[in-house]
Amino acid sequence: MSLIYLDYNATAPIKPEILSLVTQVMGDVGNGSSVHRFGQRARKYIEDARNQMAQLCHVTPEQVIFTSGATESNNTVLSGYKDKRVLVSAIEHPAVLQSAPHAEMIPVTSDGLVDMEAYEALLKQSPTPAIVSIMMVNSETGVIQPIKKLAQMAHEAGALFHTDAVQAAGRIDIDLNELGVDFMCLSAHKMAGPQGVGAIIFKEGQDVPKLMQGGGQEKNCRAGTHNTAGIAGMGLAAKMALENIKSYEETIKLRDHLESEIHKISNKAVIYGENAPRVGNTCNVGLPDTPAQTQMMQLDLDGIAVSSGSACSSGSFKPSHVLTAMGASEAEAKSALRISIGWATTADEIDRFLEAWSKIAKAKN
Amino acid sequence: MTQELNSLGFAKAPKDTRVVVAMSGGVDSSVTAALLHEEGYDVVGVTLQLYDHGAAIEKKGACCAGQDIYDAKRIAEEKGFPHYVLNYEDNFRESVIDEFADSYMNGQTPIPCVRCNQTVKFRDLLKVAQDLNADCMATGHYIKRDINAETGKAELHRAQDTGKDQSYFLFATTQEQLEFLRFPLGAWTKDVTRQHAERLGLLVCNKPDSQDICFVPNGDYASIVKKIRPEAEKVGDIIHVDGHVLGQHKGVIHYTIGQRKGLGIGGGHNDNNDPYYVVRVDPTSNQVIVGPKEALARDLIIINDCNWLRDIPADGLDVDVKLRSVSKTSPAKLYLSNNGRAEIQLETAQYGISPGQAAVCYTTGENAGRVIGGGWIIDSQNTNLKIAA
Repeated sequence: MSLIYLDYNATAPIKPEILSLVTQVMGDVGNGSSVHRFGQRARKYIEDARNQMAQLCHVTPEQVIFTSGATESNNTVLSGYKDKRVLVSAIEHPAVLQSAPHAEMIPVTSDGLVDMEAYEALLKQSPTPAIVSIMMVNSETGVIQPIKKLAQMAHEAGALFHTDAVQAAGRIDIDLNELGVDFMCLSAHKMAGPQGVGAIIFKEGQDVPKLMQGGGQEKNCRAGTHNTAGIAGMGLAAKMALENIKSYEETIKLRDHLESEIHKISNKAVIYGENAPRVGNTCNVGLPDTPAQTQMMQLDLDGIAVSSGSACSSGSFKPSHVLTAMGASEAEAKSALRISIGWATTADEIDRFLEAWSKIAKAKN
Repeated sequence: MTQELNSLGFAKAPKDTRVVVAMSGGVDSSVTAALLHEEGYDVVGVTLQLYDHGAAIEKKGACCAGQDIYDAKRIAEEKGFPHYVLNYEDNFRESVIDEFADSYMNGQTPIPCVRCNQTVKFRDLLKVAQDLNADCMATGHYIKRDINAETGKAELHRAQDTGKDQSYFLFATTQEQLEFLRFPLGAWTKDVTRQHAERLGLLVCNKPDSQDICFVPNGDYASIVKKIRPEAEKVGDIIHVDGHVLGQHKGVIHYTIGQRKGLGIGGGHNDNNDPYYVVRVDPTSNQVIVGPKEALARDLIIINDCNWLRDIPADGLDVDVKLRSVSKTSPAKLYLSNNGRAEIQLETAQYGISPGQAAVCYTTGENAGRVIGGGWIIDSQNTNLKIAA
């Protein structure tokens, strides 16, 4: 039985070119902070990657800080606002929600988009929020927020704007200046790069809070020896994401086919965020009265990997806070499955998923 | 050519037989899963997350999953079979914990483990196993399941290891559930299980047996009940069976029938200084009724919500009955009555019979030890009024 991986939003398979670069760099000894030639070689990998990241986000390399991943990036940015008023959307990743436990929540509509009226009202309240954090693309629904507009509103109110763009990179254009955001956080492994490396992209001249203490790396912005191989991999992933953004159309076709077939299989199926702008790789489907945890087990035993809700480190399932924020009941949220596809997904794999899922859906009816 | 039955009773190869194993992370269910996997079965391990472990041990920031869940996962990872954690916190709270608290508040002494087997494990998890197209579901319980050669139906029998026998906790297993269930350890002693754990290289082989009610890790069940039902600690009167007030109690939650210690009413009731025992807990009047040991004697037990694994003749059936998990069986006669109730007439009176416990009946005589079924004790009487209650 060949296994089918449809969980790209959890982590995407690494592209072969990136794997080979990472392996090669990992074999080259050198600490990017060292003065000697080994250090210089490592440093070149890092700075090349910084250029590639800068191109992906349409910024200069000076505006890129490498981190250990998006969780660290989000923690770093929000660590600067612990004693200030912060607004976050209700559908943020836990890396944002738990970095700012004191933050006020901006509700979302049933389509998964930020509720503009509520947002505006929160912005107007005094004291003016120091920063607003709204994710660009939701990991569970794929819904794209109107970041440019949201950032503009924040700025008009006098607040900074941060966006977790992890699920946007490589799927839509992420031009920092065009979007007008002050901070943007990225992760390599969601765009077919290696795990354990991420970045903060910041507006020119913007001070970035410092979280990791201990060394002068990243122009004294982020302490700790560089993950040189990971950073090199992230750079190449960024380059390939930028080059391939057009070919993403193919992924959209697959997703659309998937969703039209899902509706044909079950007229009870609900696709969350269906009416909102979405990235082309994510489909979140609820099958009422069929617990997602059983659906996932059944599919997994059939060799198909999808996901649902959030799992703690034990793998215990919790219903998605994103779907409940969109107005789904807890029971509805517990029946929702996320299928997320990407660069290596084939039409045949989608068909095999549909075949397996239709057995579950039909057994229920 | 007919295929011989495999060890789980199916006429097919083990690799074509899917068995869901309910894995708690303890030695018994780990051995069950690893053995079946070793035999070549298509094993799917499932561990239930029943409550928030971090909250239960009251440690801030602790993971919701206890070490047992990680242990179960590690067994599956090492042996190489799929394993899933099902979050049954809601099911467990509704079916087990709330009822546990309510039962105490009704003056009863509940057995949450039976309710858990009856609801969460053999109703909800069993349904999942069926959804996964499993042929059967196995657990690490010490109880024997045999097929009656005449009827072809599955029967339950006390485990080989009488010290480990868990049949009391499984009396509510229905015939339909029983047909789907397997208990591979039923013919073993715990020593044999531990030997296999060692042979299979299971990291849990030296793990101690669990003693407490799982969601009461420190044994302080009163604090759990108080959280759910704060009125459990309302003080009230301790009354003698003859009606006079002996003192004050600290809330009904702290008293169970047959309890002698911790009554806080000082010495005894007669010249011999014989102690008082809790005879009854009356939540309506918030009274704890105490009396001499004789006042606890009962020879007729009324049970409801019964489950029977064989026909009970209209003129009654001779049985051995077990009235609490730790006590021995007593000879009795079982009669069915209306509304799913039954009456158990004991040959000799027993002491400390508490509502909320189960009365589990076994066959007696030559074929002793088969589980006939049982029910929940709702009332008990002393029909031999030589001793007044």
